[in-house]
Amino acid sequence: MSSKPFAITLKPGTSLANLTGTWRTARPQYVDRLPPCNHACPAGENIQGWLFHAESGDYEQAWRVLTISNPLPAVMGRVCYHPCETACNRGQLDEAVGINSVERFLGDEAIKRDWKFDAPAAASGKKVLVVGAGPSGLSAAYHLARMGHRVEIQEAGPLAGGMMRFGIPKYRLPREVLDAEVQRILDLGVTLKLNSKVVNIEQSMQQGGFDAAFLAVGAHIGKRTFIPAGDATKIVDAVSVLRSMEGEDKPMLGRRVVVYGGGNTAIDVARTAKRLGATEAIIVYRRTREKMPAHDFEVEEALQEGVLIKWLSTIKQAGEGEITVEKMALDEKGFPQPTGEFETLAADSVVLALGQDVDLSLLDGLSGLEIKDGTVQVAANMMTGHPGIFAGGDMVPSERTVTVGVGHGKKAARNIDAWLRGIAYEPGPKHEIATFDKLNPWYYSDADKTVRPMLDIIRRQTSFDEVQGGLDETNALFEARRCLSCGNCFECDNCYGVCPDNAVIKLGPGKRFEFNYDYCKGCGLCVVECPCGAIKMVPEDI
Amino acid sequence: MPYQPVKFYQTGTFTVGNRLLAPDERSVQSSRMRSNSINSGHRACQGCGEALGARYAIDAAMAASDGQLIAVNATGCLEVFSTPYPESSWQVPWIHSLFGNAPAVATGVAAAMKVKGRQEVRVVAQGGDGGTTDIGFGCLSGMFERNDDVLYICYDNEAYMNTGVQRSSATPPAARTATTMPVGPEPGNVFGQGKNVPEIAMAHGIPYVATATVADLRDLEYKVRKAMSMHGARYIQIFVPCPLGFGTASHDTIRIARLARETGMFPVFEAEHGEVTGVLKIRHKVAVEEYLQPQKRFAHLFGKHPHPETVARLQAIADRNIRKYGLLEKESD
Amino acid sequence: MLKQTEGSKAVAEAIALCRPEVICAYPISPQTHIVEALGEMVKSGELTPCEFINVESEFAAMSVAIGSSAAGARSYTATASQGLLFMVEAVYNAAGLGLPIVMTVANRAIGAPINIWNDHSDSLSQRDSGWMQLFAETNQEAVDLHIQAFRLAEELSMPVMVCMDGFILTHAFERVDIPSQEQVDSYLPPFDPRQVLDPAEPVSIGAMVGPEAFMEVKYLAHAKQMQALGLIQQLASEFRTTFGRDSGGLVRTYRADDAETMVVAMGSVLGTIKDTVDEMRDEGHKIGVLGITSYRPFPQREVRAALQNCKRFVVLEKSLAVGMGGIAATDVRMAVTGSGLKGFTAIAGLGGRAIPKASLHRLFREVEQEDLAPVTFLDLDRDAVNKQLEREKQTRRSGPIAENILYDKGISSTAKFG
Repeated sequence: MSSKPFAITLKPGTSLANLTGTWRTARPQYVDRLPPCNHACPAGENIQGWLFHAESGDYEQAWRVLTISNPLPAVMGRVCYHPCETACNRGQLDEAVGINSVERFLGDEAIKRDWKFDAPAAASGKKVLVVGAGPSGLSAAYHLARMGHRVEIQEAGPLAGGMMRFGIPKYRLPREVLDAEVQRILDLGVTLKLNSKVVNIEQSMQQGGFDAAFLAVGAHIGKRTFIPAGDATKIVDAVSVLRSMEGEDKPMLGRRVVVYGGGNTAIDVARTAKRLGATEAIIVYRRTREKMPAHDFEVEEALQEGVLIKWLSTIKQAGEGEITVEKMALDEKGFPQPTGEFETLAADSVVLALGQDVDLSLLDGLSGLEIKDGTVQVAANMMTGHPGIFAGGDMVPSERTVTVGVGHGKKAARNIDAWLRGIAYEPGPKHEIATFDKLNPWYYSDADKTVRPMLDIIRRQTSFDEVQGGLDETNALFEARRCLSCGNCFECDNCYGVCPDNAVIKLGPGKRFEFNYDYCKGCGLCVVECPCGAIKMVPEDI
Repeated sequence: MPYQPVKFYQTGTFTVGNRLLAPDERSVQSSRMRSNSINSGHRACQGCGEALGARYAIDAAMAASDGQLIAVNATGCLEVFSTPYPESSWQVPWIHSLFGNAPAVATGVAAAMKVKGRQEVRVVAQGGDGGTTDIGFGCLSGMFERNDDVLYICYDNEAYMNTGVQRSSATPPAARTATTMPVGPEPGNVFGQGKNVPEIAMAHGIPYVATATVADLRDLEYKVRKAMSMHGARYIQIFVPCPLGFGTASHDTIRIARLARETGMFPVFEAEHGEVTGVLKIRHKVAVEEYLQPQKRFAHLFGKHPHPETVARLQAIADRNIRKYGLLEKESD
Repeated sequence: MLKQTEGSKAVAEAIALCRPEVICAYPISPQTHIVEALGEMVKSGELTPCEFINVESEFAAMSVAIGSSAAGARSYTATASQGLLFMVEAVYNAAGLGLPIVMTVANRAIGAPINIWNDHSDSLSQRDSGWMQLFAETNQEAVDLHIQAFRLAEELSMPVMVCMDGFILTHAFERVDIPSQEQVDSYLPPFDPRQVLDPAEPVSIGAMVGPEAFMEVKYLAHAKQMQALGLIQQLASEFRTTFGRDSGGLVRTYRADDAETMVVAMGSVLGTIKDTVDEMRDEGHKIGVLGITSYRPFPQREVRAALQNCKRFVVLEKSLAVGMGGIAATDVRMAVTGSGLKGFTAIAGLGGRAIPKASLHRLFREVEQEDLAPVTFLDLDRDAVNKQLEREKQTRRSGPIAENILYDKGISSTAKFG
């Protein structure tokens, strides 16, 4: 430079000597906030995490990330009530991301392409007994197997699946889908013993040399209520009706079927009755639609198929070919109270869908257990009061859904694994939730939710074909790309681009970014312009 | 064909980058190989829109010219914060001469390249709105009418910020500056025509004229790339909010630019040979209050003694821009 | 090649021989013929490669030259008078950036009152701009100085003004020896810029320099001009070798050996002065002449050496420092500080006022007798100015001065007295 004019001509890029980071009073920091969907998922799925891969069309990787938490995506993509979508921030922009439909697409894709789980970790030498091959038991078996433990499932029934097979109608969950996902779990080396009812858990463990057990026997005993009835009146429970759908002999419910209850099971039975040829399927429910525990979309689909619902009604009496219902009225607290007004309805059969109880007989004589309200009490680590015996699913106090069951299986497996190693399972720190106000939604493209195709109404009323279709690759990709990636960097490069000081270092695909605090002046542009709220400002110590 | 944002890829082309786009569809700024024409260590204020806009534009020009670029700079913030002795932030060959002569200096550089048969070397001149629409206007008009092979980029922050926020011919009506104080019966800058240099540039019939903002990177890069694909005199005016002069938070620079466009206060369009060929449509139209209120230079319009009639006049300006340039999507589209 | 030609045309041909690469043109009298001729040469293809740019102002002309010079092209422009003033900011800037631009200044008065005729007010207003200033006495010298100017500018990376009297030289038809291309090429190598805008090796030219280094930058500019004092002499000597002719240099004396009275001047008026001196010498007066070619850098040592043997001197200059007197005279007197010499200043020829031999004879005799004011105005119409001064004394609003004087002289009858 000596030949160049002094001071007025400068070498390029020499401003690097001026460390403008000293100007800063606050610094940006990359954070991973918890996406509301993940937070809401009972199965603890990293939804945002697997959508990230689906967005790039890497469905297999998406499926692999998904199945880190849930081994049954094709099932869950059909039967989950997707609280994730209720929580989804996109709902505040246009409509929630169709997480459930993408999950189903990935599950179906995995079956179609015959993707297998990665081989289990090195054998631990430990043996775990899983009682019950329902969602919770299968989930626990899957996770334990992947952790390297030997797992044996003992199932009382003739087929695996539990309520997924004996409670959820085919039109919602085709059996080949269930079979495929169960088989994939078994392919990990899990032993499944069918028709093997565990009568005494301690004995079974002792006999099989099990180091721990996970109980997930479900809740299969239909609750009854007393209805004065004549001999000729057919009164059955919903669980039995749905279970017998899987057998040779289909239930005989007659042409006019009354279903008593307001849960999803009531809806399932009413829709099943319709498909079995009932001309009338009437749900009698004692409260209003707003109070009904069944999911609204299922109610809607049932109504579309011609199911009738008598709101604010209780069954007082069942006679031959007819029942008497009493009208109810909600009191100030929202509880239904009898009005003394009665009405008769024609009914060939009454199906009680009033909930299920757990068969706890296998626990008889087991020490340390606490049973309350017909369910087994478990600690935060899913262990019962008896060391080494864990429990989950419908037999413990919880919301009784497939997704919760799968979540219990995962959680129990982690704790069983820790227990077997003599340690306590430490879940990772809970991140702050990426609420909508943390986002800069301007950046997201306007894109309405993709609607899944529905079977036409005539076939829905007459066959058990699956009602809701799946997404194809194009619209699954579209739907995945509607994800806002709340709270988690998806490498949109905004921070890298908007920094007036080039103080963001791009580390390359999958590696995200880091700040160059030598030059970051702390303007905060990156924070505000981050679409997904993955950067926050923290004050500098000055 | 105006710039068409890519939609349906999560953020489409609204964000700086998008891992889902094919490599050739990605922005210059998203690349780790971008030239960072203005290096770290420059002395621009926190959240400076001009520093950002200049890097966006010059990096894009560097990419379009395969690194064969010479930049000429008018006096102003950009020059002062980038080249205080003994350090320069520029990584491109760069010259600063005077406040009002950047277009002419650029003409000279382009002439030198032509006479030396090095026409692959492209010339960009740049300045603030004062250096462009006021003191440099004579040279700018001369460069335009001769159709010299120069791309002139005006970083418009609507006042003389370097000297302490005085009014320029690009200052909007009602805005407070140090020479248009919010006092008297008509506080702030007077209502008048101002100087619409993009339209004056168009009147020269030059090959390309465009406006852009720092909030619309892909549109900005598209325009620089397009301008660089042409020869002759070209003009791009980029709206670059100034946290100091606008009285806005340093993190609001891009938001303010976005609002300027979404309200219609700063119409974003392009024109070839004097005719408008494309506009960047308003995505979510908002009222001017939303743009004005975060800015202290308009604070006197609100607060204890509000001037709703003045806000209405500003809204009328925005509405006129929307009508004139067709900034809203038609219902049928 | 000897030819009878107009000064402007001769200079244009000399410029063309220097192979300029960028020429910026803006019309202002009396420089226009130079760029007109160059423009024609470029357009016809006679001068190539060269970009001839018709700019919109002198400010732009100098600015374009700044750009092209910084980008490594040999750059030239020409101007005069108001034009030079209009480009002043860029004039200083070109020097500050160290860009070896060559500019012809066809010297002309500065308004108001607007006046297109010759004096040196324009160049001299830029004496502190950092440009070197060479004054031509004849059209031959104007040609030669331009060739030397490019060499000087480019060796030092500093701009040079070649000053030639408007109309008196620019529009005069004289015999001029135009050198051959080979001669010029052997004297003036291709431009090898000291700094250049080039993507292959980026630099930032034109930094903001604060108090910590500004003095040094300015000192270095001064030091360069001091270096130029030697270089100008060397270039003149090399020029003599190549072209066989004395031209340029710092100063030149005429019949000064035993002179007791010396007349100091710049530019074409030296011709009239020399004629007058010849006549006075014939009459036995011991009078000689010192012509200053390099006004910037100012050759103090050479001026002092040229004057040290005389008894008195007069600086006759075509410029006026209003409120002070002479401009060049101040510099000359500075050069002889402490010598005890008696020095006079004669302001002459402002706005194209003729400087006839008769007036010079009268002036020089007064100088010989030291019978004149320290600052005197040659051929000033004392009567006219006194009348105006008297009017103003009586009435503050006494009307436009120029109109009044014209009225006093009987040239105009329209002026009204306040």
